[in-house]
Amino acid sequence: MRKAFVPLVVLGAAMFAYAPVAIAHTPYESTMLLIQKVFYFHLAAWAGLGLAISVCGIASAIYLFNGSKVADRLGVAGAELVVVFCTFGMISGSLWARKAWGIWWGWDPKLTMAFIIDLVFVGYILVRRFGGPGAEKLAAAMGIFGLATTPFIYKAADWWRTIHPQTSVMKTLSNTEGGAIMWSTVWFCIVTFLLLTVLVLAARTRLERLKTRLDELYLAAEDL
Amino acid sequence: MFFRTALLVLRKDVAIELRSYEIVSTTVFFALSCVAILSFAFVNEGQAPEGTAAGILWIAIAFSGTLALGRTFERERYGETLKALLLAPAPRPAIYLGKMLGIVALMLATEIVLVPMVNFLFAASLFARPGLLVVILLLGTVGYASVGTLFAAMLVRARTRDVMLPILLYPITVPVIIAGVRGTSALIASPVDDAVAQLWISLLAFFDVVFVTLALWTFEPLMTE
Repeated sequence: MRKAFVPLVVLGAAMFAYAPVAIAHTPYESTMLLIQKVFYFHLAAWAGLGLAISVCGIASAIYLFNGSKVADRLGVAGAELVVVFCTFGMISGSLWARKAWGIWWGWDPKLTMAFIIDLVFVGYILVRRFGGPGAEKLAAAMGIFGLATTPFIYKAADWWRTIHPQTSVMKTLSNTEGGAIMWSTVWFCIVTFLLLTVLVLAARTRLERLKTRLDELYLAAEDL
Repeated sequence: MFFRTALLVLRKDVAIELRSYEIVSTTVFFALSCVAILSFAFVNEGQAPEGTAAGILWIAIAFSGTLALGRTFERERYGETLKALLLAPAPRPAIYLGKMLGIVALMLATEIVLVPMVNFLFAASLFARPGLLVVILLLGTVGYASVGTLFAAMLVRARTRDVMLPILLYPITVPVIIAGVRGTSALIASPVDDAVAQLWISLLAFFDVVFVTLALWTFEPLMTE
């Protein structure tokens, strides 16, 4: 990873620079026009979120059962990224919802799920920071349970909203005219965000490792 | 051996509780205070909007459940008995199961007072399908207590446990709350919506199975220092 890091950063930066150009070249969606363009980054953020949740949950389980320090650092990095992507996704989603449905927030299943996942992983970060000695293990439990509860939250919110349908109905993106170029742009953005996720995970894991190393050095210096 | 250990832990908790009724009585009154506070938010001109009763019932259950969890483990921490319990040559998951059953018993005892009270105050027909109501309450309580017991047990060592327990527990148990509220609403509705209630019961059952399994699996490494 260390050797590939710099080239990948360059690649990621180039992809992010090109993404707006690609999005500008896509045709307007027939009903939502300009606002639909937020979709390219919006969906891509959810892809990054999915990856980050999985990484955090699985790394937490590994840490809990064999105490691997690498897994612990990956867990922190994953949890922080989940919060970042969730917040970004909710903001971009709100903008879109305002334009498409006329409301900022509609308790749509996906919105509800994003909100609760945000709470779960903010909980992860809080317990890690303020949990006192052994807080890493508490946080790891939160990571595992957070990953496990995600599908339940989605299913529950889905039934809650669709059994009694209310004003807003989930709009599906029509991809009839100019569909191919729109979908290729969507995929381009998803790959860009996934690459970003991996890079940030790597950088954040390294930062956590250096922090521990620094603490050890301080302790060693005090003993002298 | 496994179930005998769990039952012994449960018997110990029940015996301590029966001596003073401290947790049961305080939890019941806390739940009733919740109902009172919430009714001020919803009741307008002597009537609560339709379906409010289910929401108020489950909020009261969740809040009083947190209190019962906190008090139960505070008692263990105060006497340093949790350490002794963990040192005992017994399978750790059995200890977890015993503690969880104790919490479930406490929460059910609260619900026995709470449910008729909500039924009476909000003129809701909660007992239209007593069988389904009992199933929803039981499954919801087990789901809530399964995650709650594990988190309360692991937070015993943390200094900030009082505030951390709700922060960690509520987002994880959101599915239980949604399913409980919606399932109970379906029972209150006229005519009673059996199919919807059963749908939510199936979600609750699935949640219970997954989270009890996860908790039994992670209790051992979590409680090992």
